[in-house]
Amino acid sequence: MTLGTPRGRRRVAKIVLFVVCLAPAAWILYIALTGQLAAEPIKDLEHRTGDWAIRFILLTLAVTPIRRLTGWNEVIRYRRMLGLFAFFYVTVHFLTYLVLDQFFAWHYIMEDVAKRPYITVGFASFLMLIPLAVTSTRGWIRRLGGKRWNRLHTLIYVAAAGGVLHYLWLVKADERVPIAYGTILVALLVARLTHRRTHQRTARRVASARLPVQDEPAVGGVE
Amino acid sequence: MLIRRKPDIPTSEITDESVYWNRRTFIRVAAGAVGSAALAGGGASLLADTHRRDDDKLTPYKDVTGYNNFYEFGTSKDDPKQYAGALQTRPWSVAVEGEVAHPGVYDIEKLLKLFPLEEHVYRHRCVEAWSMVIPWLGFPFGKFIDRLEPTSRARYVAFETLYRPSEMPGQRTDVLAWPYVEGLRLDEARNPLTLLTFGLYGRMLPNQNGAPIRMVIPWKYGFKGIKSIVRIRFVDSQPPTTWNLYAPNEYGFYANVNPHVDHPRWSQARERRIGEFFKRPTLMFNGYGDQVAQLYTGMDLRKNF
Repeated sequence: MTLGTPRGRRRVAKIVLFVVCLAPAAWILYIALTGQLAAEPIKDLEHRTGDWAIRFILLTLAVTPIRRLTGWNEVIRYRRMLGLFAFFYVTVHFLTYLVLDQFFAWHYIMEDVAKRPYITVGFASFLMLIPLAVTSTRGWIRRLGGKRWNRLHTLIYVAAAGGVLHYLWLVKADERVPIAYGTILVALLVARLTHRRTHQRTARRVASARLPVQDEPAVGGVE
Repeated sequence: MLIRRKPDIPTSEITDESVYWNRRTFIRVAAGAVGSAALAGGGASLLADTHRRDDDKLTPYKDVTGYNNFYEFGTSKDDPKQYAGALQTRPWSVAVEGEVAHPGVYDIEKLLKLFPLEEHVYRHRCVEAWSMVIPWLGFPFGKFIDRLEPTSRARYVAFETLYRPSEMPGQRTDVLAWPYVEGLRLDEARNPLTLLTFGLYGRMLPNQNGAPIRMVIPWKYGFKGIKSIVRIRFVDSQPPTTWNLYAPNEYGFYANVNPHVDHPRWSQARERRIGEFFKRPTLMFNGYGDQVAQLYTGMDLRKNF
């Protein structure tokens, strides 16, 4: 691996990013092992992992707008890793609930999923992310084709909205943090829709000029 | 709404269960043993009135005083401990108003000396489904009520927390309508379990626990136990209460601990005792049915949640 080549630099950047993405998990683990969690350690773990799950989902969604805004095209290469880390934190969050909080008390878990809207929507969002994680590989992008893959992966917006609602419906009175997450999510969605509209207009103009239309090369795994 | 409707539980059944679960023991504690020195005006004898079950281990002081809901100081559980230090609890007085023969402004030092302070070890069940076991210091509120002589029109007692945004940073936000207000029916307020509380663990109340004077009503969810009280008013109709105003479908006036009536957003069937891994079943009236179930005879506790 040489730093001299762009390929080598990207490798190093990916390793650095990987470590950075793992840092919150390492921090949470450190807090837990040194007995610094709150008096309700399991709830504290749920809150911390849930917080990072939403942050990583938003970060993943921010990649494309950042790319368009700054023209820093290379950033797209790191989106898959961010997305998979989002899935990682969501999964740890879910497992904390399943194993530590409920200790596999299926009866109570089913009741939660069926009766508590915040858990229903959180659980649905978790399920939604599974196919996205599975199809994150280059092989799956090829198999599905860029267009279909892109359409499938817009599900992350639904999951993100679900995650924000999950948080919003959970809090008792202080809704400032979930509202902040929701605002960021809406801003990212608006950025994307605005872009799509102008993009489509350009595309129509280009099409009327009978030139080939370039489809959006937004697939994170394509190098 | 998402509240599951089950047939009502007959009060008889509630009482039976609580008879099974409850032990009521009185332990005399020698004067000073619980640290009356720490409490100005600690009475000649401290009465330790425990209603503990065998597995009610005291929650560590660190958790009792470090994990609090006291939104006047912020909405995180560790905010009160961090920010409550700024609260000045002296001088302090409590205004007693309304339907009583002896209204007036009572200085905290005088209140502390009205009756001997007793230690009451109570289970504390938060509406958020966690619980603690806390040794409180205070005297039954009923004794004070008797002294005040409510008029025949007095049917409820309304309480109010201090409003002082300069020392209570949470009051500079609008998460709740300030000042915090709570209320009890007069017979609830007179129940021997209802404690006018000045201390815990043999010391004065730390600010984050509602210094210098608060209510403890152990068969109700924690939010009924209003903190840092400055006003007590005897009234003839049900007074407004803060959480009920905020979300009437989630927090009722009575707020009795009831495993059969879920909060719309979470189950109340079980609770996690601080320091324990496995959840434990929540008891009707938090295990105090023996002492309080008769207050609610004939009432639909599903409607009056």
